[in-house]
Amino acid sequence: MKKKLLPFFVILIFGIIFIIFYKGLEDTNIYTPNLNVKKDIPIFNSKDFYSDKILKSSDIFESNKIYLFNIWSSWCVPCRQEHPLLMTLSLNDKINIIGLNYKDNKKNAVNFLQELGNPYKKIFIDVDGIKAIEWGAYGVPESFLIYNNKIIKKYIGPLNQNSISEIKQLIK
Amino acid sequence: MNILKVFLIFFFLIHLNSVKADDQDERNQITKNLRCLVCQGQSVYDSDSEFANSLKILVKQKLNEGLSENQIYDYLKIKYGEWILYDPELNKNTYILWLLPILIFLIGGVIVFKNFFKKKKDQL
Repeated sequence: MKKKLLPFFVILIFGIIFIIFYKGLEDTNIYTPNLNVKKDIPIFNSKDFYSDKILKSSDIFESNKIYLFNIWSSWCVPCRQEHPLLMTLSLNDKINIIGLNYKDNKKNAVNFLQELGNPYKKIFIDVDGIKAIEWGAYGVPESFLIYNNKIIKKYIGPLNQNSISEIKQLIK
Repeated sequence: MNILKVFLIFFFLIHLNSVKADDQDERNQITKNLRCLVCQGQSVYDSDSEFANSLKILVKQKLNEGLSENQIYDYLKIKYGEWILYDPELNKNTYILWLLPILIFLIGGVIVFKNFFKKKKDQL
């Protein structure tokens, strides 16, 4: 009886391991963050880009308004790509674009905005990247769609035509 | 008097150094337990990416604010999810991961134990 049970258990254990590994094949091994989390936006203070005064995030983000919070930098090439899209989006009255200048040289950032235009209502400065971490950001560029002080959607990487039309659909 | 001065200088130097080293050690320990999310297969401690460098500064800042190691992990878990920690927590997604080794160890132990006594009985 015992001798019959042992092979049965061995087969069972191998079977379980096989099923786990087989199912694991279907998962991607690249980490994909959850993009649709409805989280409250962090409260933080940071310097204003133009006036160097301390800005409170609670004064900038009003409830019942839609914001696009965009993390950008002059040294980031994809930011240059998405910038024309932000410029066209800034023409839309329903949405306010707020910027976060990430680990940038002020002079380069000012040149960047002079060259490509400024779509931002307000720009915060993030000298060492800590503010971006409070937002749960991975790097530049990254955008957050905000309504009622909640993050509705997160766009990691540059915005493209599809994401812009999606945003326009959402804010209708 | 001079001896006293030299002694005091050495005392403070050694003392201050040890304080700083402690601080560094704790920060390194925490950043070694954090996964660098933008690089593959590296901890925040090992990586030199923008993301990792910012996290190192943040951990240092949080330690200065008086947060404990676990409080920092909790803070980052809220921001980035559990994936940022190298040690997965015991929950419904990970219980097989945690319990399987113990289970295999116990089954193995039972097999070894039974065989051992069987042999002894046979010898007798």
